[in-house]
Amino acid sequence: MLIRPAADLRENDVTDQALYLDRRRFLAGAAAAGTLLGAGRGLRAATSDDTPTPFEAVTTYNNYYEFGTAKEDPAVNAPGRLKTAPWSVAVDGECAKPGTIGLEDLIKPVKVEDRIYRLRCVEGWSMVIPWRGVQLSEVLKRFEPTSKAKFVEFTTLADREQMPGLRIPVLDWPYVEGLRLDEAMHPLTLLATGLYGKDLLAQNGAPLRLVVPWKYGFKSIKSIVRIRFTAAQPVNSWQKYNPREYGFYSNVNPEVDHPRWSQANERRIGEFRRRPTLMFNGYGDQVAGLYAGMDLKANH
Amino acid sequence: MRWLKPLVFAASLLPLVWLGWQAAYGSLGVNPVETLNRTLGDWALRFLLLAVAVTPLRQWTGWAPLARLRRMMGLFAFFYVSLHLASYVGVDLFFDWAALWKDVVKRTYITLGMGCFLLLLPLALTSTDGMIRRLGGKAWRKLHRLVFPAAILGVAHFWMMVKADLREPVVYALVLAVLLGWRLRAFLRAPQRA
Repeated sequence: MLIRPAADLRENDVTDQALYLDRRRFLAGAAAAGTLLGAGRGLRAATSDDTPTPFEAVTTYNNYYEFGTAKEDPAVNAPGRLKTAPWSVAVDGECAKPGTIGLEDLIKPVKVEDRIYRLRCVEGWSMVIPWRGVQLSEVLKRFEPTSKAKFVEFTTLADREQMPGLRIPVLDWPYVEGLRLDEAMHPLTLLATGLYGKDLLAQNGAPLRLVVPWKYGFKSIKSIVRIRFTAAQPVNSWQKYNPREYGFYSNVNPEVDHPRWSQANERRIGEFRRRPTLMFNGYGDQVAGLYAGMDLKANH
Repeated sequence: MRWLKPLVFAASLLPLVWLGWQAAYGSLGVNPVETLNRTLGDWALRFLLLAVAVTPLRQWTGWAPLARLRRMMGLFAFFYVSLHLASYVGVDLFFDWAALWKDVVKRTYITLGMGCFLLLLPLALTSTDGMIRRLGGKAWRKLHRLVFPAAILGVAHFWMMVKADLREPVVYALVLAVLLGWRLRAFLRAPQRA
């Protein structure tokens, strides 16, 4: 199976949406025919590339509990409710130049790039998404983190007016995520402002979200309003909810099961058969060094 | 009341017809395998609770014809549980028996769901008039009390599967608690009939 390192995937790798849909339709037809012929085994081979997941699926199948816990909820509840402009981000903690900065000013000095990444959800499904955004390291540098800064904590907006899901105490709002500073500074880590060449839709975490492609999707926090440099390891929301099931690192790892289900394989959205999950979601070449010598089960 | 059974029978098939329609027209959503499996599981649990509810409902409403629906509800519960299991094994796992066995022994909620199916199996097999006669009413009734632990396992299976938002499983659990509480009360008040 050929898995290209996603850092090499460029904008012109994004298939035109119409062409893409045609191809998908063809594949769906072929898949149906394959099933009818009992040729199920050949199916995986037919779809085992990293073709971007259709825009329609990426924007209607979301986990964004602030707008409801069903996959379809965010696409229904978030647009029109989430006010993304004006938007500013408060940056503070262990850094020399803290401050609250408007989204424009945060992004403007940094080169905007298109990058195609695999996204693996902790629930066992995955997508391939053409993101648009800036490398997080370039954004963080200007705030000049001090030598005390060992971690970065991110916080999602928590506004009851805009987010109907906050009325239900599923998680301890606001949603919080964290990375080790070297993870945050890693060239793969992206601060996304768009996907499929367009601005992010509300349900995908507009106007600004994290994308950490080698970690389970919940680490890629949405609609960020605060970035904080810390000396202590942040407690991310899911870890707080259930530390046995969700850890701080949450690196994609087929060998460390979720207590309630296997992580050995995943269902790529649009495919029928499950496919094997790759260590670090297939980005091991680039990121395995960050965890050299660490017990990945204990630090799940 | 001749219309009652055919009508309820037809209505009970509607979820399956609707699912089949959606599958045929590719409208099961972004993750069709998950939708299929979850929807079958939802209906399995609903019919299981309906089967348990028939007798209390008959007692509360005093509407005797309801009794004739009990076997049908029980068999539809088994029918949807079987379809749910089949879609999990055949569609979700694609007959990966090794993965199935690992799931059954390792994942408590899968173990409970499988237990629910195994408890319902003898009930479905002994649901015919002939089997009732052969077992005798007393033994048959005793055997069919297995529906209560089966319903508990079904609700627990759903409860443990949910990631964080427990509102739905709580509703099923409350309904089951009321139904079981009612049975327990009747049982305690008339110990001689036990």
